[in-house]
Amino acid sequence: MTLEGRALAIGYRDRLVGEGLDVGLAEGEVLALLGPNGGGKTTLLKTLLGLLPPRAGEVRFGGRSLASRSIRERARLLAYVPQSHVATFAFPVETVVLMGRTAHGGLFSRPSAKDRDVAVWALERFGIAHLAERPYTMISGGERQLVLLARALAQEPRFIVLDEPTASLDFGNQGKVMREIRALATSGHGVLFTTHDPNQALRLADRAFLLRAGTRVTDGPVSTVLTQQNLEALYGAPVQVLSDSRNGHTAFLPG
Amino acid sequence: MTRRALPGFTIALAVLVAGLLLAFMLGRYPISLSEIIDVLAAKLTGGEPHVSAAVETVILNVRGPRVLAAALVGAALAVAGTAFQGLFRNPLVSPDILGASSGAALGAVVGIYFSLGVLGVECLAFAGGLVAVAAVYLIGTLVPARDPILLLVLAGVVIGALLGAGVGLVKYLADPYNQLPAMTFWLLGSLASTNGTDLISLFIPVAVGSLALFVLRWRMNVMSLPEEEARALGVPTAPLRIAIIAAATLVTSASVAASGIIGWVGLIVPHLARALVGPDFARLVPAAAILGGGYLLLIDTIARTAASIEIPLGILTAFIGTPFFIWLLADVQRTWS
Repeated sequence: MTLEGRALAIGYRDRLVGEGLDVGLAEGEVLALLGPNGGGKTTLLKTLLGLLPPRAGEVRFGGRSLASRSIRERARLLAYVPQSHVATFAFPVETVVLMGRTAHGGLFSRPSAKDRDVAVWALERFGIAHLAERPYTMISGGERQLVLLARALAQEPRFIVLDEPTASLDFGNQGKVMREIRALATSGHGVLFTTHDPNQALRLADRAFLLRAGTRVTDGPVSTVLTQQNLEALYGAPVQVLSDSRNGHTAFLPG
Repeated sequence: MTRRALPGFTIALAVLVAGLLLAFMLGRYPISLSEIIDVLAAKLTGGEPHVSAAVETVILNVRGPRVLAAALVGAALAVAGTAFQGLFRNPLVSPDILGASSGAALGAVVGIYFSLGVLGVECLAFAGGLVAVAAVYLIGTLVPARDPILLLVLAGVVIGALLGAGVGLVKYLADPYNQLPAMTFWLLGSLASTNGTDLISLFIPVAVGSLALFVLRWRMNVMSLPEEEARALGVPTAPLRIAIIAAATLVTSASVAASGIIGWVGLIVPHLARALVGPDFARLVPAAAILGGGYLLLIDTIARTAASIEIPLGILTAFIGTPFFIWLLADVQRTWS
């Protein structure tokens, strides 16, 4: 199964953000979406998730138009991990994860025993089962991001779309969250995430899509796409490259 | 999770029972606990009570309807407030946020102005509440916006102001000796004139609306997340929002039609209920209903007994609500949870 956007024009009713975008993502694959602020990354994510209708073109999922699927059906195929936020109400972590099961039940249903099992499994998978009873508002930002990942996993989707999953996380938590994202692809999920750090894309993604001012700069395997030249063109700023001669790893530094 | 909620429900039930007993016992004609039990037992078994006819009349005909109305109105306003606070993801929201109360107020003063009688006034108040919220919702759908929730709240403020001007105009035109006092009295809120017929026209919409909100309790949890997140979790937010607003408006309009404007209950009780049983709507909706009923019973008993004349309910709830609200603002972190 693949998630693909064909000849997409993205934007809001009163503002076109980007056009001529072709994006594809297969199961078991990690795609990183990079680009400057305001370049349309989040708009593209929301369009691919079906949260925002495309202004032109089509989002297709498994050979069928996403728009032809019900909102519930979509939620069982695609999960969305928003930037971690502070919730209005202090639901226990377990309840937040159980909300991921919503699309698996009917309109008036409550989570079943099976749903609870899935939620516990998802919490254990990210090593946060001990947080189950804690209020979501009282845990750290890193823990909250893991809870949102567990909620996405509890949806049992084919694809997981993450909006800047490491923004506002400390260095250690960034590494932890990125490892978990890679593990999601290893277990067969297709993963799409946005990031401001080309190094994360280089280490964890299979492919990268470079988006600037609503148009594609380039896309392809990270090793060929993430070059000094491309990144300088993408951000309109100088970029330095560091190479480790012992293992061939490279890293980018801004400025 | 049920274990944790049990003490909270016990407290809410205790408040309701205390409210019921005090409401029956206190008043110009004091009644003892044994007399209440005697009359109710006789009523249930079909036997003859052992108390005087006067005591029986006070319990069944004078205080009975009023006690039931207070419990129902309190429960209704608390449930509606709970639903709106979740829907608008804002703990400062009250049931009249979308203009239900101001619409009902205009309906009622128009009814009094045209001397329509009690039933006519209540029908107009009920219709006014529904029409006002429908108008607010229509604006919310017709005006394009990125944040539909914020737009609804702002539309509610605007329509509420317009309706307030309408109420002012009718009061200005009203006969200052006959009509104006009746309008003022109605706008301040009272349960003094409740009778059996009122109870039925109050009970049915409140029961229907509350039941609708209760069966949607899990979806309401998800609806308290940001709009796009709720949709990504598989919840069709637009139709559900209509359903929740319709149910909560039905409940609010029915209680405002029966008792006039009683502010603050729908704002405060959901907070107390949340402190008792947590934010999960499965427990919050019933807990708010129980606690709201008990709360308004206590307030109404104070209104009847504290002074030689009856104190309007809206004034009492404001006197209690304002300091509570200031305390809420100062104690954001703890009570928001």
